[in-house]
Amino acid sequence: MIPTIPQPRAIRAAYTAYIVLFFIYLALPLTVVAVFAFNDSQFPSLPWEGFTWNWFFGDKDPMIGVFHDRAILRAIGTSAFVGICVSALSVAVGTSNAFLFNRYQFRGRGLLYVLMLMPLVIPGIVLGISILVFSSTLANAAWDGMKWDITALRPGLTLVVLGQFSFIATIATLVISARLQKFDRTLEEAAMNLGAGRLTAVRTITIPFLAPALVGAFVVAFLMSFENFNTTLMLVGSDAPLTIAMFDRLKEGSTPLLNAVSLLLMLGSSLLALVMITFQRRAA
Amino acid sequence: MRAQARLGFILLLMPILLWLTALIVIPHIDMFLISLRERVGVGEYATSTANYRTFLGEPLYLVTFARTAIMAVTATFITLLIAFPVSYYIAKMIKGRLQSALFLMCLVPFWVSELVRTFGWMILLRETGLFSNLLQWSGLASGPVEMLYNDAAIMVGLVYTSMLFMVVPLVTTLESLDDSVIEAGYDLGGSGPSILREIIIPHATPGIVSGSIVVFMLSLGNYLTPTMLGGKDSLWFTELIYSQFIVRFNWELGAAFGFMLLILSSVIVWAMLRLTGQTLEKTMG
Repeated sequence: MIPTIPQPRAIRAAYTAYIVLFFIYLALPLTVVAVFAFNDSQFPSLPWEGFTWNWFFGDKDPMIGVFHDRAILRAIGTSAFVGICVSALSVAVGTSNAFLFNRYQFRGRGLLYVLMLMPLVIPGIVLGISILVFSSTLANAAWDGMKWDITALRPGLTLVVLGQFSFIATIATLVISARLQKFDRTLEEAAMNLGAGRLTAVRTITIPFLAPALVGAFVVAFLMSFENFNTTLMLVGSDAPLTIAMFDRLKEGSTPLLNAVSLLLMLGSSLLALVMITFQRRAA
Repeated sequence: MRAQARLGFILLLMPILLWLTALIVIPHIDMFLISLRERVGVGEYATSTANYRTFLGEPLYLVTFARTAIMAVTATFITLLIAFPVSYYIAKMIKGRLQSALFLMCLVPFWVSELVRTFGWMILLRETGLFSNLLQWSGLASGPVEMLYNDAAIMVGLVYTSMLFMVVPLVTTLESLDDSVIEAGYDLGGSGPSILREIIIPHATPGIVSGSIVVFMLSLGNYLTPTMLGGKDSLWFTELIYSQFIVRFNWELGAAFGFMLLILSSVIVWAMLRLTGQTLEKTMG
């Protein structure tokens, strides 16, 4: 079926209807979450008790809003911190990997490339437990051998960052490699003919060309880190990132506070995505 | 110059080697070694296959393992069936502005966390939820209907959560199919179904495979959706791993479970690649 070949109207109509239904299905859960953030009730469900901003700005029990809930605010801060660390690490390693695979032919290159893709086909929870197990082996060895207590190797933010980085680095590598492949290497040679050293050529020509991909990889890494659940769940210590904190709340029973946090998350990530898209538009 | 290139090569090789060995390869070897350990006394361990024997000997574990695998495959299949017509519509039926707008609309729900998406389904499906109220209001049901806490709810959640990862690769591969090839198919007397079978699906195979692999992995390793939407009888294998590690503190058995999950996912991904004649580099890279 293709627009240039005429089709019976009934089939076309049915197809369009299916697409409309699909988008309703996509939008429904998020719309519901957003709408109930404004319900003046203790539960995010019907009946509708009237409109309120209290789940955002309320400061009195039983309606403490997001902006007055210390635990949630701290969790947002933790998530942002973890996200920035993971993104910075992933973009750095991803750039290095992209150059390695793009510029060098060496023995074991194919094997290394497949190994680099592996984290994508390992379930997140398995990544989490394997890092948990290994870090405790190391920590126990350090304690038994030298009586060193290395807290960074116990469940906590360091392990969360490493755990998320272990698979987000692959994504960053793929995003940056895709752009580096489109780069015309003669530009670099031209710079070197004009007297630039190798590093100067890369810094002034190649890196600016890669900039949209670097920003893109950073944003994608940040979003993936922010919403990661499986790997984080196994490695988390006492400082819970937002997804874990929300999950704990949700197990106790949900209030529209969670809807309010979710709505803020939606706005935040849409904003980030918008920044990324405009940045890439300008580059293209 | 040669020495400099060599130095650059080594400097670029360091981060990837450090990352892959310290965070992927060695931890998995260590996990495997721990899974082969059996506690024989306080702080004393012996090497044995006891944990794997426990896994094979306990019907609950085996049943959960098989159920998780079957449901993850089913979820992948349903996602593919729902996503294919949509991707084809976006890639081939519309052009320009509308095309990029619809594509973007497919991505939007996935910029928010899985937790929020699952939470949305809880609000819709629960006893006091929207669907239940809608059914009562329309007179189709006389009392509140509980649609949460069963396998169907898990399926709805899994399919919804992984939709994006199917749509994006499908749209990308379908877009690269030249319209004139499909037109030629019609000119040569092909019908809708035969063109789908002979032209469109073969061309879209890399996209179908990479989408299916990612969706399958995400469903198999999912913890959130089964925990929140599933009921007492719908245990997921990841929940077993979690409870061995965090609740029971039996890391040896938990590691064995983790290893079984890894083997299961590797076997199914490998089989999928073999059956369709694809490679990991081609579909994922």
